[in-house]
Amino acid sequence: MKEVINLPVKNIEEEEYHINMGPQHPSTHGVLRLVVSLQGEIVKSLKPHCGYIHRGIEKMCEKDTYPQIIHLTDRMDYLSAHINNHAVCLLVEKALEVDVPERVKYIRTIVDELNRIASHQLWWCSFGMDMGGLTCFFYGLRDREKILDIFEESFGSRLLHSYYTPGGLMMDIHPNFQKGVKDFIKYFRKKIKDYDDLLTGNIIMQLRTKGVGIISKEDAISYGVTGPSGRASGFACDVRKHHPYGVYDKADFKEILGTAGDTFERYMMRMYEMRESMKILEQLIDNIPAGDYAAKMKAVIKLPAGEYFQRVEAARGELGVYVVSDGNKTPYRMKFRSPNFSNLSALDHISRGVKIADLVAIGGSLDYVIPDIDR
Amino acid sequence: MKEADFRDNETLDLFKQSGGNILLTTIDAVIDWGRSNSIWPLTFATSCCGIEMMAAGASRHDFARFGIEVYRASPRQADVIVVAGTIVNKMAPVLKRLYDQMSDPKYVIAMGACAVSGGPFYYNSYHVVRGVDHVIPVDVYVPGCPPRPEALLYGVMQLQRKIKLESMANPRKTENLK
Repeated sequence: MKEVINLPVKNIEEEEYHINMGPQHPSTHGVLRLVVSLQGEIVKSLKPHCGYIHRGIEKMCEKDTYPQIIHLTDRMDYLSAHINNHAVCLLVEKALEVDVPERVKYIRTIVDELNRIASHQLWWCSFGMDMGGLTCFFYGLRDREKILDIFEESFGSRLLHSYYTPGGLMMDIHPNFQKGVKDFIKYFRKKIKDYDDLLTGNIIMQLRTKGVGIISKEDAISYGVTGPSGRASGFACDVRKHHPYGVYDKADFKEILGTAGDTFERYMMRMYEMRESMKILEQLIDNIPAGDYAAKMKAVIKLPAGEYFQRVEAARGELGVYVVSDGNKTPYRMKFRSPNFSNLSALDHISRGVKIADLVAIGGSLDYVIPDIDR
Repeated sequence: MKEADFRDNETLDLFKQSGGNILLTTIDAVIDWGRSNSIWPLTFATSCCGIEMMAAGASRHDFARFGIEVYRASPRQADVIVVAGTIVNKMAPVLKRLYDQMSDPKYVIAMGACAVSGGPFYYNSYHVVRGVDHVIPVDVYVPGCPPRPEALLYGVMQLQRKIKLESMANPRKTENLK
């Protein structure tokens, strides 16, 4: 006689179960894998699994000379490629006590801000897409192409430029550079209003983002959430303001702080930041001094033995570069403190108790770039 | 294949296998025309090249003009997988599974230096797959770091060209490619 086995009937609404989001998922912006523990539709906890795009950049840096390292940092957070280069260049210049010409500082600051705007435009596209609005994708990338045109004219490539070198720049800017930037500001001041009309004022978007995924100021500090995401919680963490590099001390701009710390506030921070970046550009673009585009450096750059640290404000937060040198032309150890990794660490904390659809919006507002997390 | 040959039908005919059945070749022409002009790519990008792939699909470059249009989030609905970016050892089994999930006929474009050969991560590295063709069979290679959107467009057009040469009499077998 057949034995009848009674399996316990599971109640799917009470039972916790796990689903995999990623590695191939359009809303994770790359190959991030999130193991989400769900009860019904509510997120109970979440575990990010890193390493699907671990390219060992830190280890590879130990075999490369300092000018070579620049090319690898480009590919870390590719949306703020110039700013990553800036961190390494500043570190080498600080260690060797090189004075770079004033012209270089101005150009670097301007290009950094242009890159920040381009990065936020792309974030705006993908955030709109995460929320289900494909329109944003076309509007955002249309305006981003204008910045890429400026980049292409001066630096010869669209995305990864490796334009900065230790001590200066790879080449001088194109004669049309200043005119191009001014035209872009004029153009984008008009177009950014469209952004607000299309997405910021959209009631569906507001209902889906307000009060969702709140990070308190204390949590933002303890998790190390920096950049626009941290400032949305009221954490004053703008490196440009508190530890100025380049010519940020000569420019007049505000560090805008939010209070709510929710997804909508993080959205608004980036919208404000694009306007602030344009303000910085307007102040600096006419005042680029004449002079050399690079300081004289030795052919082989060797840092004196010791430890060095430099931080800059990348588009997503604070990027730190830490180097231990033993006096050779290659670093003994190189460590990047990447903003995305710290921002991601807060994801488990802020997404507990939200619906799974809101998790996509929260992830979009944290704006992570996966190769920067895994490095 | 040279760019000038792309639109040249005589060159296309040269590549076609002669001696086919007239009924079969006519059906082939219709099927290949349809297939080559509606390629649905998979939403799959691992790194920098993914941004250029997005740019290729966006306002200025707009590769919907060439029929490669609807990005599918599920591999089961996709025709072509554009491997945009580095594939590391941990990702390689996942990529293989994605490829296996796609239904035939399926095509692969290796976009960027990393997917073609390992790119700037080739030397002194312990982690990178030195070319995505170690994992899945590749139809079109698009070099560059990252390639411009125009380069990807050209790669897509080469793929269309390749699809136009397919025949029912001599069907493509994906398992024999590798």
